[in-house]
Amino acid sequence: MRHVTEEDLIAYREGVSAERAAIGEHLAMCEECREEFERIEAVLAALDTLPVPNPGDDYGRRVWQQLAPRLPEKRARWWQSWFEPKRLAAFGAVAAMLVVAFLAGHYWKPNQVGPDVATKEQVRERILVVAVGEHLGRSEMMLVELSNAEPKDPSQKRVNITSEQRRAEDLLDENRLYRQTALQAGDTALASILDELERVLLDVAHSPDQVTPAQLEKIRQKIEAGGILFKVRVVGKELQERQNATPAQNNSTKLERNKA
Amino acid sequence: MPPSVENAQTIVESDAVAVERTLAGDRDAFRVLVERHSHNVFRLAYRMTGNRPDAEEVVQEAFLRAYQKLGQFAARANFGTWVYRIAANYAIDRMRQRKKEEARKAAPAVHEEGMENDPVALVRDEAPTPERLTHNLELRKHMEIALAALSHSERTAFVMRHWEGCAIEEIAVVLKSSSGAAKNTVFRAVQKLRLALQPFVGKATQARAMGTES
Repeated sequence: MRHVTEEDLIAYREGVSAERAAIGEHLAMCEECREEFERIEAVLAALDTLPVPNPGDDYGRRVWQQLAPRLPEKRARWWQSWFEPKRLAAFGAVAAMLVVAFLAGHYWKPNQVGPDVATKEQVRERILVVAVGEHLGRSEMMLVELSNAEPKDPSQKRVNITSEQRRAEDLLDENRLYRQTALQAGDTALASILDELERVLLDVAHSPDQVTPAQLEKIRQKIEAGGILFKVRVVGKELQERQNATPAQNNSTKLERNKA
Repeated sequence: MPPSVENAQTIVESDAVAVERTLAGDRDAFRVLVERHSHNVFRLAYRMTGNRPDAEEVVQEAFLRAYQKLGQFAARANFGTWVYRIAANYAIDRMRQRKKEEARKAAPAVHEEGMENDPVALVRDEAPTPERLTHNLELRKHMEIALAALSHSERTAFVMRHWEGCAIEEIAVVLKSSSGAAKNTVFRAVQKLRLALQPFVGKATQARAMGTES
């Protein structure tokens, strides 16, 4: 009987042999070749025990944080994105917010003194609180709808999530602006929640238009795993409370959340 | 666990959208690609370079190069495979550089990384006896030396085929060789590893038997 060469045994083990069936049959019959194969197998199995360190669940995020400042702008098409309707709409909303804040600050009567009188900064912050509260409400609604999405017709194998995706794209632009504003305002806790929300929105916006129930389940699991819906609800509620609170109370709440 | 065919298809489709948006000027769309593929690229880079700082550098550089060359990326191709290839090429450069730096040393260093996942802890059954601990630590040291003794091409071919399950054609592209030559490089790598490790693997088996008996 002609034995199998070492080279063929390695090819067979590594799944690159063209004569896979023939070698398999031979190994079943020939003890000598089987022993030789087991010796190769033992070395490779030992190598498989060499560990690879786990870089951590947030490794991708850390890579991005280090990488982002190094990425040059794609200049050729940079200006185009600023004229996209959804981005213009988001800018419009923020510009309107700033105009209202400016006017509110400008026409505020200076002779109104007392503990409840707000400064211009406090008025601006209050408007930001209202706008972010609404934004979180809309985000929550979209994520809940996405979590409950089902095919319109049970016989259909795919679910159309185009509407949720478009909304996620719009929310994404707003979210970036609010996150930057929160950072500038020193509200790091709010900025952190908005950052988490941004990643979920990015995932939704970049999913395929039509997903299978299994793929949809994956998206649901992703939303649930980070507890983003819960966090959005908690912060949304807190922002609502901040709308009703005095400026002094607001400052202390913000400080407490940032500490936490 | 490897992703299912359906999942893999979803990832490819979703990657294609992210690539398109990045090319349209949305830099943040690239974040999705980075967060999705970082772990896989890190695993490949670590197995090729054998140490964490180099592996992390390879990951950064691979994504930076991928971003810079994104215009050359064929829309129908698989982004994961493409960035893998870029990482493997950069890892080869890094290994060459490292070899020069370590040329003065007599034997390659055994890295302390991942001691928490040491083969000793990964052995499933018997309680570790001092003999087994010694033999397993020795074996690990020999395995790292044997891997470091492979040429860059051999190590790349072995890591990509044996651990990462890449197709021979894909390995050939990275090695800039024919498929036949890439296949031969895999054989050579396994032969060299076998030659270097078989005596110690035998000892480890004996040590396991001793651990069972005691």
